[in-house]
Amino acid sequence: MIHPIPPGTRDVLPDEMRELRRLQRALLEVFEARGYGEVATPAIEYDEVLGRGDGRTAGGAYRFFGEGGELLTLRSDMTVPIARLAATRLAGAAGPLRLCYMASAYRAVRPQRGQMREFIQAGVELIGAPAPEGTAEVVEVLEAALDAAGLDRAVIGLGDADLYRQLLTELGVEGEARDSIIGRLATHDLVGLEAELSAVAGIGDEQCATCVALTQLRGGREVLEQARGLGGAAVERATARLQETYEELERRGVADRVQIDLGLLRDLGYYSGAILEVYDPALGHVLGGGGRYDGLLKRFGADLPAAGFALYLERVHVAQMEESRRGEEGR
Amino acid sequence: MSFEVAGSRARPDGPLKIAVPRGALFGETLDILDGAGIDTTAVRGDSRSLIFEAEGVTLVTMRPSDVPTYVEAGAADVGITGKDVLLEQGDRMVYELLDLGFGRCRMVLAGRKGDESLGESQRRLGMMRIATKYPRIAERHFEASGRQIELIEVKGSVELAPLIGLGDGIVDLVATGRTLEENDLEVREEILECTARFVANRVAHKLRAAEVDELTARLREAAAK
Repeated sequence: MIHPIPPGTRDVLPDEMRELRRLQRALLEVFEARGYGEVATPAIEYDEVLGRGDGRTAGGAYRFFGEGGELLTLRSDMTVPIARLAATRLAGAAGPLRLCYMASAYRAVRPQRGQMREFIQAGVELIGAPAPEGTAEVVEVLEAALDAAGLDRAVIGLGDADLYRQLLTELGVEGEARDSIIGRLATHDLVGLEAELSAVAGIGDEQCATCVALTQLRGGREVLEQARGLGGAAVERATARLQETYEELERRGVADRVQIDLGLLRDLGYYSGAILEVYDPALGHVLGGGGRYDGLLKRFGADLPAAGFALYLERVHVAQMEESRRGEEGR
Repeated sequence: MSFEVAGSRARPDGPLKIAVPRGALFGETLDILDGAGIDTTAVRGDSRSLIFEAEGVTLVTMRPSDVPTYVEAGAADVGITGKDVLLEQGDRMVYELLDLGFGRCRMVLAGRKGDESLGESQRRLGMMRIATKYPRIAERHFEASGRQIELIEVKGSVELAPLIGLGDGIVDLVATGRTLEENDLEVREEILECTARFVANRVAHKLRAAEVDELTARLREAAAK
């Protein structure tokens, strides 16, 4: 007899669970040691309330009806529920708020892709601390978390969510063309990007080349200069924001493993300013991400700047195993 | 050129792994790699191996349609495959860095010469029956032009389908048109044009930036020749 569970979900047996728990404890210790208190929110929320945070919820959440006919949803991340929590339960609390979580989130999967429908996120939210200090503190915690997980080769990509929005406005790209170009940028389809940009009236070859070149700038401090060389007010503003953040990271001594990346674009609508992505050479997938979402709390009635990150716990665990395997081979 | 990723602690190990498509794109892929300064002599030999070491890189040969799978997972850092494959597997998260220009072919809708079953099915049954190896590309094309189809996915020689009554027409890739000609089929609509593309894994693109950028630049130069 077969008793299946839905694709993208899984059972965990003791050996794995022991390792996952060890990792969870190590991460939570890092968060707590830096003053981030753990919170929990319900997995099920009102669709209308969560939808206020992000209309196009990440990956398409699961929705269903409650017994009273109300539309409920499974959370697709922890950032929006925590924004709700901060704006309601902790309204008026002396800031900045430092909160962390270890919780399951739910996203739609495409079949046969090894994607998870249910996965655990470990992360922090720093609410009430503006850029650049707030961003730098979050990166500092992220670094400590990666160290605690033993991923000393991991790299944090630092980009700017507003760069292309502002650049496209500057170039006068609106409507359908704009959405389509943002889509190309998000999937990093450079061939398509070039084709669509050059199809927009009023965009010359040079501007087109600038935009494509911009997406390829990633590395240390020098890319800020290279970006400035490409010109434009939007680029200037974004590089100024990135430089401020980077300098703050240098002051804190945590810029080493940060890679400035002007090609970074995250697919969640609520990001503004700095955005983060985490990579480890042992894994072909992104380990986590985050950034600033200065406009998100306002949608729940508390106008506060905020930033945070989330690590995909299971992927961090895989990277941990790959790294330890590599360590053994190298010996 | 330095292979260090400036300003980062990335220390990716081993040679860069390049996914090389066997099949129709194989010869020209090796030519362009040669043009980019990568020695492909070993791959050209009659060895049955799938993996070849060249100076500074590892060439991994595979079916073109497997390239996005290997590159997305990071098993290969970069790779070369046709745009048709990338479109058909559009949900694979790989970075498309360069149009290499070779392997040019067209995705077309074809029907039997002098046969009106495409139009007749559309008119009298409200939908055409289309056999194809590219269900997503076909679906998108007919969706975009507001027509309904019944999709029949086949794996082998798709030209066979309309000849023996499985479907009114086919959506397939055409290079010279000879296969269509030999099977008494003709092009009815052009859907899109495909060429070979250079793709990269998302993490390799970040952590092996200098190597990926240098190879991209050399391939761009080689493609322009």
